[in-house]
Amino acid sequence: MGLSAVLRKKTEYFSIDVDFFCPEGKTLVLIGPSGAGKTTIIRMLAGLEKPDEGRIVLKEKILFDSNRGICLSPQKRELGYVFQDFTLFPHLTIHGNAAFAAKDKSEVDYLVNYFGLSRLRDRKPHQVSGGEKQRCAICQALARRPSLLLLDEPFSALDVVTRRGLRAELKKIKEERALSVVFVTHDIHEALFIADSILPIVDGEIDRDWLEQIASPVSPLGVQPRATREPKLALVY
Amino acid sequence: MDFFPLYLSAKLAVITTSVLILISAPLAYFLVYVKCPGKFLFEALINLPIALPPTVIGLYLLYIMGPKGYVGTIWGEVFGGTLLFTFTGIVIATAVYSLPFAVQPIKATFEKMDHRLRENAYVLGLSPVATFFRVMIPNSINGIAAAAILVFLHSMGAFGVILMVGGSISGETRVASIAIYEAVETMNYREAWLLSLAFVPISYFFLLLVNRLTRS
Repeated sequence: MGLSAVLRKKTEYFSIDVDFFCPEGKTLVLIGPSGAGKTTIIRMLAGLEKPDEGRIVLKEKILFDSNRGICLSPQKRELGYVFQDFTLFPHLTIHGNAAFAAKDKSEVDYLVNYFGLSRLRDRKPHQVSGGEKQRCAICQALARRPSLLLLDEPFSALDVVTRRGLRAELKKIKEERALSVVFVTHDIHEALFIADSILPIVDGEIDRDWLEQIASPVSPLGVQPRATREPKLALVY
Repeated sequence: MDFFPLYLSAKLAVITTSVLILISAPLAYFLVYVKCPGKFLFEALINLPIALPPTVIGLYLLYIMGPKGYVGTIWGEVFGGTLLFTFTGIVIATAVYSLPFAVQPIKATFEKMDHRLRENAYVLGLSPVATFFRVMIPNSINGIAAAAILVFLHSMGAFGVILMVGGSISGETRVASIAIYEAVETMNYREAWLLSLAFVPISYFFLLLVNRLTRS
């Protein structure tokens, strides 16, 4: 059960070649420098880009298999996807956006309340802040009750305080629903807070050294994981 | 003073605009999003009326829509009668003549639209057709309105192509632009001036509206 993916794709600058597994109900963080291929990987999982070869299986459902010629469209994958920048539909209100693809309207009301958007429900996206937009985008994705949530640097455009609040809200609802999450970031602190396992990606490939380098206290980029967070960290290869 | 040609021009412009907006939105979608070899040839064909003199377009349409032309023959077999020198005939001719003015603004709006809106709709389970109606059209209203106004004005002022296909039959194909031309020919300058004056405020108002829509 969970998500397993083997992905190979040639891009303009490098080849993506990754193989990973995300257990059900867990959060896998793809971390790496900008331009490392993280977004391309998450887009391949969503069906927005096609791998040259590989296999994606979610809860025993084959989403992509190059050997068997299977490639489900994004519509049939039934995933939640939150884009990096705010991609709400400008013509709809906050509630309209949250309910856009909802299967159950009471679910939308619950999520809108949970993410503190009730008082903004009749506003258009351009009338709310970045954090509120991203909360709404998460509501929109969760309202479909997906078994896997893909988040592509969802907090990168937000200030630190908003980001912390959203991370905590996301973590809580993820645990509440036993949701599998693939989370893309280039922020090690964010990764350590949210991850059950971390997959470091550099130039399209898994690069253990890169993560050890940036997590090292002697590294010029050094970020020392807090002791309380360290036990959560487990690398997956 | 006969104001019927003005009414006929407005009627022609409204019908042509309605028809073209319905056709042009899917056409623009095809040009922007559908990958297909030789698409540039098709796009050039759509834009041809911009480059060709109206009389040349009119001559080709006269031939195609005539009793021996493909369109004229099919029309005769299906509906009976002829297309030439009829109101329906000048609607078709004006639609062909104004097609690029409808397609280009909508195409530009689709090109400017954030492609992630479409991707988001797909991931949320919407088919391409549902995405077109629920996401793309509502977010292209300004571009569609700008296209509609341009087509309306272009159709109101059409002359050469209408004269070639429709001639000047009073109450049927004698639109304002042709009535003005004939009034000048017969030295009825008062009628020519009055009809011409009616065009200025209408055109000016609609152009202001296009400016406002394309800016926002």
